[in-house]
Amino acid sequence: MSIRFGLLTLLQQQPMYGYQLRQEFESSTGSTWPLNIGQVYTTLSRLERDGMVVVTDEGDESQRVFAISDAGRASVRDWFATPVQPTAPPRDELAIKLALAVRTPGVDVRSVIQAQRTSTVRTLQEYTRSREAAGEDLSWLLVADSLIFSAEAEIRWLDHCETRLVRAGHTAARAPGTERPAHQPVAIEEGAKK
Amino acid sequence: MTEAILELRSVTRVHGHDETAVRALDGVSLAVNAGELVAVMGPSGSGKSTLLNLAGGLDSPTSGDVIVEGKRLGDLSRSGLAELRRRSIGYVFQSLNLIPSLTAIENVMLPRELDGASTRRARRDALRALDAVTMAQLADRFPDDMSGGQQQRVAIARALVGDRRLVLADEPTGALDSQTGEDVLRLLRARCDAGAAGVLVTHEARHAGWADRVVFLRDGTMVDETAPMASAESLIAGVSQ
Repeated sequence: MSIRFGLLTLLQQQPMYGYQLRQEFESSTGSTWPLNIGQVYTTLSRLERDGMVVVTDEGDESQRVFAISDAGRASVRDWFATPVQPTAPPRDELAIKLALAVRTPGVDVRSVIQAQRTSTVRTLQEYTRSREAAGEDLSWLLVADSLIFSAEAEIRWLDHCETRLVRAGHTAARAPGTERPAHQPVAIEEGAKK
Repeated sequence: MTEAILELRSVTRVHGHDETAVRALDGVSLAVNAGELVAVMGPSGSGKSTLLNLAGGLDSPTSGDVIVEGKRLGDLSRSGLAELRRRSIGYVFQSLNLIPSLTAIENVMLPRELDGASTRRARRDALRALDAVTMAQLADRFPDDMSGGQQQRVAIARALVGDRRLVLADEPTGALDSQTGEDVLRLLRARCDAGAAGVLVTHEARHAGWADRVVFLRDGTMVDETAPMASAESLIAGVSQ
């Protein structure tokens, strides 16, 4: 769906060849979601079938120039005017993993959470760096921010899961050498700071 | 650039005695090199602030060593420690603790003057530090006439004025909006890229994303840390996979 509207939106600027469209799509999204040329032509032939684009030059695939039709323009207008609907919740491996971890004897859930947290923070560091290295390209900055905020949301959710586990008194194995309840140092440290 | 500006060696800090004793920090070791920004994450009560207070010489460990620019803090006299704190260490806190009755430049001059620098020298150093955070043109403003982001830039200038090469930041973006908060982190990052060593305590993952390395505390112990970063160029390629 996003490829279809992505290509149509790009065609609104000017008629283009298939390979040009692919290049434009990737450069406006910071090459975050690479397209193969086959996907581009498949999508274009569907758009042509649906009357959204017209072919202005005949010839073999790579020589054809695609232009947007009036119906295509209307479709792009609708796309921007309509919120993106979440489809059925995607099967989230991490959520499934944690849901099963709390029911599986012998699994240290806090270690599972920490391993994921370290890995996702690491991803976040990489996104932050590549965003800073990418300069002022606004489209790419927005895509990079999207990746960064999603990673942050996952980490916040992991923090929340851990708090929930501790509150629920889940008997996860603690780090070696810490026999006290995890909540105890809070009050004392806050008090000692002043 | 492998010179450790800050080193913690098996640092333990116990509050209270006997049955009520709590190990706020338990055997933590950490080295922060020149040019490196290390973020410390963990839930409240995990020991983050204790770690920062020990690193800055504001608190002393029950056991273990804190070493700043090659000097063991435990070996220093009270006045020696105070001097090291003034000369080598800069602090940026969550609350914008500029002195309201002093202008931006006077706030930044203060640590230099306390250190015995002449007014002229202190002024010159302060101006340079303000310039590094693009605040030189507001040098004569009072904190109340500046935005939160501008105040925090001045606080960072104050933390880095003179030759101080260790910056300790505790949730430095405080109540700033996300864009302004990001500017503060970008600045901290830039100061580290210019050769300072930074420790950033935060519970916000997005802020930790600016660090070279992130360490995780839980119940006073270090439970994990991220691997060191590769070069920026290879990362751009990595994102698209």
